[in-house]
Amino acid sequence: MTNFRLIARLDIKAPNLVKGIQLEGLRKIGDPNSFAKKYYEQGIDEIYYQDIVASLYERNSLVDIIEETTKDIFVPITVGGGIRTIDDVTKILNSGADKVSINTEAIKNPEIISEVAKRFGSQCMVLSVEAKQDGDHWEAYFDNGREHSHLNAVKWAKEGESRGAGEIFLTSVDREGTAKGFDMELIQAVTELVNVPVIASGGMGKLEDVEGIAKEANADGVAMARVLHYGQLTVPEIRQFCVAQGIPVRTIAS
Amino acid sequence: MKIAIIDYGMGNVRSVLRGVEKVGYAAKVTGRAEDILEADKVIFPGVGAFGDGMKELRSRNLEDIIKEYVNTGRPLLAICVAMQLLFDESEEHGRHKGLGLFHGKIIRIPADKSGGLSRKIPHVGWNIVRPSPHSEWEGTIFDTFQESDSCYFVHSFMAEVEDKKDLLAECDYEGISITAAVRRDNITGLQFHPEKSGVAGLNLLKQFLDCEK
Repeated sequence: MTNFRLIARLDIKAPNLVKGIQLEGLRKIGDPNSFAKKYYEQGIDEIYYQDIVASLYERNSLVDIIEETTKDIFVPITVGGGIRTIDDVTKILNSGADKVSINTEAIKNPEIISEVAKRFGSQCMVLSVEAKQDGDHWEAYFDNGREHSHLNAVKWAKEGESRGAGEIFLTSVDREGTAKGFDMELIQAVTELVNVPVIASGGMGKLEDVEGIAKEANADGVAMARVLHYGQLTVPEIRQFCVAQGIPVRTIAS
Repeated sequence: MKIAIIDYGMGNVRSVLRGVEKVGYAAKVTGRAEDILEADKVIFPGVGAFGDGMKELRSRNLEDIIKEYVNTGRPLLAICVAMQLLFDESEEHGRHKGLGLFHGKIIRIPADKSGGLSRKIPHVGWNIVRPSPHSEWEGTIFDTFQESDSCYFVHSFMAEVEDKKDLLAECDYEGISITAAVRRDNITGLQFHPEKSGVAGLNLLKQFLDCEK
């Protein structure tokens, strides 16, 4: 298998790094660049920025943050939040990001998925799926977990793949920010159905949570926010844990 | 030393420039023929689809300029889709002719694995880069590269190199070998992104700028 990826998720309400619970009740944490830089220096595999107010065109927006960040960070950066057009994607990529993550616009206008994939390659097009449990299935939400799409989240992930998404960034809205562990069934349902990489987001509370999603749910990476931002775990600790558990992760020569 | 980074509308130019700056050099991001032909070293970056890449090069009349630059014998470093553009042709979204500086073609990463399983495509993530059986790293930009180090890959297509002597480095992806780097004379191509591969990747850029003659 490919190396399991350790990803730092930074929710941005420009100019601040924020953290909520179930994508709500946001608390200001600090300057996103200094956090991102710290994670890079610790050996993070990837940085994921989510602009939670989708303020793409406002002053001091995410674009400015990315431009600043890429001076110091030389690992892949994925950016989501408020991306609606090919021009938006171009702008985000030109500011130094490597991939865009799209949720709301993909639900409203699924054509955007294939347009982005065709123009920039599938590897650039990350479909963000925000899933909330509803009885025996999960529904995809948009507008940062606020709006119903009435789409079955697992089937939507599959449709996204067939339209050209090269990666699924899967957030469990129920678990997000709770530190109660991942929604294993959700992740497993998606990884069983799709053939593109699936990143699990929402619920990381302790090291052992990573083992389940990597080994049992077959996720390709983990997105972590709270545990990193509040300093509960460091990237080297997580990497060492993975190595000890036999989860293949990026090797870094010392 | 004049360093040119070719800007032909195919993304990630800024990241490459930032990488170059981080290792202590200044570079000009440019799409002008004169800048490229006058440069001592040229970096040819790229993100996106093969066909679009060739179209963008042609619309800027850069196809021949790159070949002309290569003929001067000065070093060229091509990254990701730009490495692929150096080959004869690609089958990405139809058939497209490339620059033909390396012989071989760009094919889709095979999805079928043994046992009826399928390989995940695109190949995204960190992977260990190792020398190919045909190559010698000494005197290349990999001279100081540590074999346990990983680099960042993100691609759905891969180079099938005709002349195995051109194959500089490979990586293993779910049971197959993928071209990670190619080299012929003054041209080096990398499938992965050195500007996104942490310290290991920055060292490759530094090596190219410090040593490659």
